[in-house]
Amino acid sequence: MASADPHPALAHHFESLEVQKESATLGMWSFIAQEVLFFGAFLLVYTLHRNLYYPVFEACSHHLDLKLGAFNTAVLICSSLTMALAVHAAAVGKKRQIVAWLLATVLLGSVFLGVKVVEYHQKWEDQLVPGLRWGAAEDVGRELHLQGADVDHAQLYFSLYFGLTGLHALHMIVGIPIILWIAFRAHRGEFDAAYNTPVELTGLYWHFVDIVWIFLFPLLYLIGHH
Amino acid sequence: MSERGEHGGHVVSVPTYVGVFLALMALTGVTVWASGQDFGALNTGVALGIAVTKATLVVLFFMHVKYGSSLVKLYIVAAIVWLGILISITMSDYASRGWLGPRQSTAPYQIEDR
Repeated sequence: MASADPHPALAHHFESLEVQKESATLGMWSFIAQEVLFFGAFLLVYTLHRNLYYPVFEACSHHLDLKLGAFNTAVLICSSLTMALAVHAAAVGKKRQIVAWLLATVLLGSVFLGVKVVEYHQKWEDQLVPGLRWGAAEDVGRELHLQGADVDHAQLYFSLYFGLTGLHALHMIVGIPIILWIAFRAHRGEFDAAYNTPVELTGLYWHFVDIVWIFLFPLLYLIGHH
Repeated sequence: MSERGEHGGHVVSVPTYVGVFLALMALTGVTVWASGQDFGALNTGVALGIAVTKATLVVLFFMHVKYGSSLVKLYIVAAIVWLGILISITMSDYASRGWLGPRQSTAPYQIEDR
Protein backbone atom coordinates (compact mmCIF):
# COMPACT_ATOMS: atom_id res chain seq x y z
CA MET A 1 0.00 0.00 0.00
CA ALA A 2 2.55 2.53 -1.11
CA SER A 3 -0.03 4.68 -2.90
CA ALA A 4 -0.85 8.19 -1.70
CA ASP A 5 -4.24 7.36 -0.19
CA PRO A 6 -4.02 4.82 2.64
CA HIS A 7 -6.68 2.12 2.89
CA PRO A 8 -9.72 3.49 4.83
CA ALA A 9 -9.46 0.64 7.36
CA LEU A 10 -5.85 1.49 8.23
CA ALA A 11 -5.61 3.09 11.69
CA HIS A 12 -3.27 6.09 11.78
CA HIS A 13 -0.90 4.56 14.34
CA PHE A 14 -0.07 1.57 12.12
CA GLU A 15 2.53 1.71 9.39
CA SER A 16 0.65 -0.66 7.09
CA LEU A 17 -2.34 -3.00 6.94
CA GLU A 18 0.05 -5.95 7.34
CA VAL A 19 1.41 -4.58 10.62
CA GLN A 20 -2.13 -3.77 11.78
CA LYS A 21 -3.28 -7.30 11.01
CA GLU A 22 -0.28 -8.89 12.75
CA SER A 23 -1.02 -6.82 15.85
CA ALA A 24 -4.72 -7.74 15.88
CA THR A 25 -3.93 -11.41 15.30
CA LEU A 26 -1.54 -11.45 18.24
CA GLY A 27 -4.22 -9.81 20.40
CA MET A 28 -6.69 -12.54 19.44
CA TRP A 29 -4.16 -15.24 20.28
CA SER A 30 -3.55 -13.63 23.71
CA PHE A 31 -7.29 -13.94 24.29
CA ILE A 32 -7.31 -17.56 23.12
CA ALA A 33 -4.30 -18.37 25.36
CA GLN A 34 -6.19 -17.14 28.42
CA GLU A 35 -9.28 -19.04 27.23
CA VAL A 36 -7.15 -22.21 27.25
CA LEU A 37 -6.44 -21.57 30.94
CA PHE A 38 -10.05 -20.55 31.62
CA PHE A 39 -11.27 -23.92 30.32
CA GLY A 40 -8.11 -25.49 31.74
CA ALA A 41 -9.12 -24.74 35.34
CA PHE A 42 -12.41 -26.54 34.70
CA LEU A 43 -10.55 -29.42 33.04
CA LEU A 44 -8.28 -29.67 36.07
CA VAL A 45 -11.30 -30.12 38.38
CA TYR A 46 -12.57 -32.71 35.91
CA THR A 47 -9.24 -34.60 35.80
CA LEU A 48 -9.00 -34.64 39.59
CA HIS A 49 -12.47 -36.06 40.20
CA ARG A 50 -12.23 -38.45 37.28
CA ASN A 51 -9.16 -39.94 38.97
CA LEU A 52 -10.84 -40.08 42.39
CA TYR A 53 -14.10 -41.62 41.16
CA TYR A 54 -13.21 -43.27 37.86
CA PRO A 55 -15.85 -46.09 37.95
CA VAL A 56 -18.58 -43.51 38.66
CA PHE A 57 -17.44 -41.28 35.79
CA GLU A 58 -17.36 -44.29 33.48
CA ALA A 59 -20.92 -45.30 34.40
CA CYS A 60 -22.20 -41.73 33.96
CA SER A 61 -20.40 -41.35 30.64
CA HIS A 62 -22.20 -44.45 29.35
CA HIS A 63 -25.49 -42.76 30.10
CA LEU A 64 -24.79 -39.93 27.63
CA ASP A 65 -26.08 -40.31 24.08
CA LEU A 66 -22.97 -41.24 22.08
CA LYS A 67 -24.79 -40.88 18.74
CA LEU A 68 -25.89 -37.31 19.48
CA GLY A 69 -22.43 -36.43 20.76
CA ALA A 70 -20.73 -37.81 17.64
CA PHE A 71 -23.31 -36.11 15.40
CA ASN A 72 -22.66 -32.79 17.11
CA THR A 73 -18.90 -33.26 16.72
CA ALA A 74 -19.42 -33.72 12.97
CA VAL A 75 -21.71 -30.67 12.81
CA LEU A 76 -19.12 -28.51 14.55
CA ILE A 77 -16.32 -29.71 12.25
CA CYS A 78 -18.54 -28.84 9.26
CA SER A 79 -19.09 -25.38 10.75
CA SER A 80 -15.32 -24.98 11.08
CA LEU A 81 -14.97 -25.81 7.37
CA THR A 82 -17.64 -23.26 6.37
CA MET A 83 -15.91 -20.68 8.59
CA ALA A 84 -12.55 -21.48 6.96
CA LEU A 85 -14.19 -21.05 3.54
CA ALA A 86 -15.61 -17.68 4.65
CA VAL A 87 -12.09 -16.57 5.63
CA HIS A 88 -10.81 -17.84 2.28
CA ALA A 89 -13.54 -15.93 0.41
CA ALA A 90 -12.52 -12.79 2.31
CA ALA A 91 -8.82 -13.33 1.52
CA VAL A 92 -9.52 -13.52 -2.20
CA GLY A 93 -12.08 -10.69 -2.01
CA LYS A 94 -15.26 -12.58 -2.96
CA LYS A 95 -17.72 -10.55 -0.90
CA ARG A 96 -20.93 -12.47 -1.60
CA GLN A 97 -19.27 -15.76 -0.72
CA ILE A 98 -18.14 -14.37 2.65
CA VAL A 99 -21.76 -13.72 3.63
CA ALA A 100 -22.98 -17.10 2.34
CA TRP A 101 -20.32 -19.12 4.18
CA LEU A 102 -20.78 -17.12 7.39
CA LEU A 103 -24.54 -17.75 7.32
CA ALA A 104 -23.87 -21.47 6.74
CA THR A 105 -21.65 -21.39 9.83
CA VAL A 106 -24.42 -19.77 11.88
CA LEU A 107 -26.88 -22.41 10.65
CA LEU A 108 -24.57 -25.29 11.65
CA GLY A 109 -23.83 -23.64 15.01
CA SER A 110 -27.59 -23.42 15.62
CA VAL A 111 -28.02 -27.11 14.77
CA PHE A 112 -25.35 -27.92 17.37
CA LEU A 113 -27.14 -25.86 20.03
CA GLY A 114 -30.48 -27.45 19.08
CA VAL A 115 -29.06 -30.94 19.61
CA LYS A 116 -27.60 -29.72 22.92
CA VAL A 117 -31.11 -28.62 24.00
CA VAL A 118 -32.43 -32.12 23.18
CA GLU A 119 -29.65 -33.67 25.29
CA TYR A 120 -30.19 -31.28 28.23
CA HIS A 121 -33.93 -31.98 28.06
CA GLN A 122 -33.24 -35.71 28.30
CA LYS A 123 -31.11 -35.14 31.43
CA TRP A 124 -33.95 -33.07 32.89
CA GLU A 125 -36.45 -35.86 32.17
CA ASP A 126 -34.08 -38.43 33.71
CA GLN A 127 -33.70 -36.19 36.79
CA LEU A 128 -29.94 -35.94 36.34
CA VAL A 129 -29.49 -32.17 36.78
CA PRO A 130 -27.57 -31.56 40.04
CA GLY A 131 -29.01 -28.79 42.16
CA LEU A 132 -32.11 -28.28 40.03
CA ARG A 133 -33.65 -31.66 39.39
CA TRP A 134 -31.81 -34.61 40.93
CA GLY A 135 -33.83 -37.79 41.43
CA ALA A 136 -34.14 -39.95 44.53
CA ALA A 137 -31.03 -42.07 45.20
CA GLU A 138 -32.69 -45.35 44.19
CA ASP A 139 -34.02 -43.89 40.89
CA VAL A 140 -30.68 -42.35 39.93
CA GLY A 141 -28.89 -45.54 41.01
CA ARG A 142 -31.11 -47.64 38.75
CA GLU A 143 -30.69 -45.18 35.87
CA LEU A 144 -26.88 -45.11 36.07
CA HIS A 145 -26.31 -48.65 37.43
CA LEU A 146 -24.66 -47.29 40.57
CA GLN A 147 -25.09 -48.00 44.26
CA GLY A 148 -24.55 -46.37 47.64
CA ALA A 149 -22.26 -43.36 47.88
CA ASP A 150 -21.44 -43.64 44.17
CA VAL A 151 -24.90 -42.25 43.40
CA ASP A 152 -23.91 -39.03 45.19
CA HIS A 153 -20.59 -38.92 43.40
CA ALA A 154 -22.46 -39.06 40.11
CA GLN A 155 -23.53 -35.48 40.90
CA LEU A 156 -19.87 -34.49 40.47
CA TYR A 157 -19.83 -35.92 36.96
CA PHE A 158 -23.08 -34.27 35.93
CA SER A 159 -22.08 -30.94 37.51
CA LEU A 160 -18.91 -31.05 35.39
CA TYR A 161 -20.90 -32.18 32.34
CA PHE A 162 -23.26 -29.21 32.59
CA GLY A 163 -20.46 -26.82 33.58
CA LEU A 164 -18.15 -27.74 30.71
CA THR A 165 -20.76 -28.17 27.97
CA GLY A 166 -22.66 -25.12 29.26
CA LEU A 167 -19.54 -22.96 29.14
CA HIS A 168 -18.83 -24.27 25.65
CA ALA A 169 -22.42 -23.60 24.53
CA LEU A 170 -22.16 -20.09 26.00
CA HIS A 171 -19.14 -19.46 23.78
CA MET A 172 -21.22 -20.48 20.77
CA ILE A 173 -24.16 -18.33 21.88
CA VAL A 174 -21.72 -15.40 22.04
CA GLY A 175 -20.10 -16.38 18.73
CA ILE A 176 -23.26 -16.57 16.62
CA PRO A 177 -24.28 -12.87 16.97
CA ILE A 178 -20.64 -11.88 16.30
CA ILE A 179 -20.65 -13.92 13.07
CA LEU A 180 -23.99 -12.34 12.07
CA TRP A 181 -22.51 -8.88 12.72
CA ILE A 182 -19.43 -9.70 10.61
CA ALA A 183 -21.73 -11.09 7.87
CA PHE A 184 -23.69 -7.81 7.94
CA ARG A 185 -20.46 -5.82 7.62
CA ALA A 186 -19.34 -8.07 4.75
CA HIS A 187 -22.72 -7.51 3.09
CA ARG A 188 -22.13 -3.75 3.35
CA GLY A 189 -18.85 -4.29 1.51
CA GLU A 190 -16.46 -3.39 4.33
CA PHE A 191 -14.04 -6.23 3.59
CA ASP A 192 -11.84 -6.82 0.57
CA ALA A 193 -8.72 -8.79 -0.26
CA ALA A 194 -6.55 -6.13 1.41
CA TYR A 195 -8.57 -5.74 4.61
CA ASN A 196 -10.48 -8.66 6.15
CA THR A 197 -8.98 -8.95 9.64
CA PRO A 198 -12.38 -9.07 11.47
CA VAL A 199 -13.44 -12.08 9.37
CA GLU A 200 -10.14 -13.82 10.08
CA LEU A 201 -10.24 -13.13 13.85
CA THR A 202 -13.86 -14.28 14.14
CA GLY A 203 -12.69 -17.43 12.40
CA LEU A 204 -9.95 -17.92 15.02
CA TYR A 205 -12.55 -17.65 17.80
CA TRP A 206 -14.90 -20.12 16.13
CA HIS A 207 -12.13 -22.65 15.46
CA PHE A 208 -11.05 -22.38 19.10
CA VAL A 209 -14.60 -23.21 20.21
CA ASP A 210 -14.42 -26.22 17.87
CA ILE A 211 -11.16 -27.34 19.51
CA VAL A 212 -12.74 -27.16 22.98
CA TRP A 213 -15.46 -29.53 21.78
CA ILE A 214 -12.87 -31.83 20.17
CA PHE A 215 -11.58 -32.40 23.72
CA LEU A 216 -14.94 -32.37 25.54
CA PHE A 217 -16.37 -35.10 23.29
CA PRO A 218 -13.91 -37.88 24.29
CA LEU A 219 -13.55 -36.60 27.88
CA LEU A 220 -17.30 -36.63 28.60
CA TYR A 221 -18.82 -39.12 26.15
CA LEU A 222 -16.10 -41.72 25.64
CA ILE A 223 -14.84 -42.65 29.12
CA GLY A 224 -13.78 -46.28 29.36
CA HIS A 225 -14.86 -49.08 27.08
CA HIS A 226 -18.24 -48.73 25.37
CA MET B 1 -0.99 -26.18 -1.24
CA SER B 2 -1.37 -22.48 -0.96
CA GLU B 3 -1.39 -19.32 -2.98
CA ARG B 4 -0.10 -15.85 -2.32
CA GLY B 5 -2.75 -13.28 -1.56
CA GLU B 6 -3.09 -10.17 -3.66
CA HIS B 7 -1.45 -8.17 -0.90
CA GLY B 8 1.29 -10.51 0.17
CA GLY B 9 -0.70 -12.31 2.87
CA HIS B 10 -0.76 -16.08 2.85
CA VAL B 11 -3.96 -17.62 1.51
CA VAL B 12 -4.64 -21.27 2.30
CA SER B 13 -6.20 -23.03 -0.70
CA VAL B 14 -9.68 -24.58 -0.70
CA PRO B 15 -8.37 -28.14 -1.40
CA THR B 16 -6.19 -27.84 1.72
CA TYR B 17 -9.21 -26.86 3.83
CA VAL B 18 -11.30 -29.70 2.41
CA GLY B 19 -8.46 -32.19 3.00
CA VAL B 20 -8.15 -31.11 6.63
CA PHE B 21 -11.93 -31.30 7.01
CA LEU B 22 -12.00 -34.88 5.67
CA ALA B 23 -9.15 -35.85 8.03
CA LEU B 24 -11.07 -34.37 10.99
CA MET B 25 -14.24 -36.28 10.06
CA ALA B 26 -12.27 -39.51 9.62
CA LEU B 27 -10.57 -39.05 13.01
CA THR B 28 -13.99 -38.48 14.62
CA GLY B 29 -15.05 -41.82 13.18
CA VAL B 30 -11.84 -43.42 14.46
CA THR B 31 -12.33 -42.07 18.00
CA VAL B 32 -15.92 -43.39 18.14
CA TRP B 33 -14.73 -46.77 16.81
CA ALA B 34 -11.83 -46.81 19.30
CA SER B 35 -14.23 -46.22 22.20
CA GLY B 36 -15.82 -49.59 21.33
CA GLN B 37 -12.45 -51.38 21.53
CA ASP B 38 -10.83 -52.27 24.80
CA PHE B 39 -7.25 -51.03 24.98
CA GLY B 40 -7.21 -51.47 28.76
CA ALA B 41 -5.16 -48.77 30.44
CA LEU B 42 -4.62 -47.08 27.08
CA ASN B 43 -8.31 -46.21 26.48
CA THR B 44 -7.89 -42.66 27.71
CA GLY B 45 -4.53 -42.25 25.98
CA VAL B 46 -5.94 -43.31 22.60
CA ALA B 47 -8.95 -40.96 22.91
CA LEU B 48 -6.76 -38.03 23.97
CA GLY B 49 -4.14 -38.79 21.31
CA ILE B 50 -6.79 -38.56 18.58
CA ALA B 51 -8.16 -35.33 20.12
CA VAL B 52 -4.68 -33.76 20.19
CA THR B 53 -4.14 -34.76 16.54
CA LYS B 54 -7.46 -33.16 15.53
CA ALA B 55 -6.73 -30.00 17.51
CA THR B 56 -3.28 -29.75 15.91
CA LEU B 57 -4.81 -29.97 12.42
CA VAL B 58 -7.32 -27.22 13.28
CA VAL B 59 -4.63 -24.95 14.75
CA LEU B 60 -2.12 -25.42 11.91
CA PHE B 61 -4.45 -25.15 8.93
CA PHE B 62 -7.85 -23.67 9.87
CA MET B 63 -6.20 -21.16 12.20
CA HIS B 64 -3.28 -20.57 9.79
CA VAL B 65 -0.60 -21.04 12.43
CA LYS B 66 1.54 -23.11 10.02
CA TYR B 67 1.92 -19.92 7.99
CA GLY B 68 1.80 -17.53 10.96
CA SER B 69 4.50 -15.59 12.78
CA SER B 70 6.86 -17.09 15.35
CA LEU B 71 5.34 -14.84 18.00
CA VAL B 72 1.90 -16.47 17.55
CA LYS B 73 3.54 -19.91 17.80
CA LEU B 74 5.25 -18.80 21.02
CA TYR B 75 1.90 -17.70 22.49
CA ILE B 76 0.41 -21.13 21.75
CA VAL B 77 3.36 -22.97 23.28
CA ALA B 78 3.09 -20.70 26.36
CA ALA B 79 -0.63 -21.50 26.73
CA ILE B 80 0.06 -25.24 26.53
CA VAL B 81 2.96 -25.02 29.00
CA TRP B 82 0.84 -23.05 31.49
CA LEU B 83 -1.99 -25.58 31.14
CA GLY B 84 0.55 -28.36 31.75
CA ILE B 85 1.83 -26.63 34.90
CA LEU B 86 -1.72 -26.09 36.16
CA ILE B 87 -2.73 -29.72 35.75
CA SER B 88 0.53 -31.59 36.44
CA ILE B 89 1.56 -29.75 39.60
CA THR B 90 -1.93 -29.86 41.12
CA MET B 91 -2.36 -33.54 40.27
CA SER B 92 1.09 -34.44 41.62
CA ASP B 93 0.12 -32.72 44.89
CA TYR B 94 -3.11 -34.72 45.19
CA ALA B 95 -1.43 -37.95 44.14
CA SER B 96 1.34 -37.62 46.74
CA ARG B 97 -0.85 -36.73 49.73
CA GLY B 98 -0.10 -39.05 52.63
CA TRP B 99 3.24 -40.28 51.31
CA LEU B 100 5.08 -38.76 54.26
CA GLY B 101 2.47 -38.80 57.01
CA PRO B 102 0.39 -41.50 58.64
CA ARG B 103 -2.74 -40.50 56.72
CA GLN B 104 -3.66 -43.28 54.28
CA SER B 105 -6.17 -41.58 52.08
CA THR B 106 -5.15 -39.78 48.90
CA ALA B 107 -8.42 -37.87 48.89
CA PRO B 108 -8.10 -34.23 49.97
CA TYR B 109 -11.37 -34.46 51.85
CA GLN B 110 -13.54 -37.21 53.19
CA ILE B 111 -17.09 -37.68 52.02
CA GLU B 112 -19.08 -38.70 55.08
CA ASP B 113 -20.63 -41.92 53.89
CA ARG B 114 -17.60 -43.24 52.05
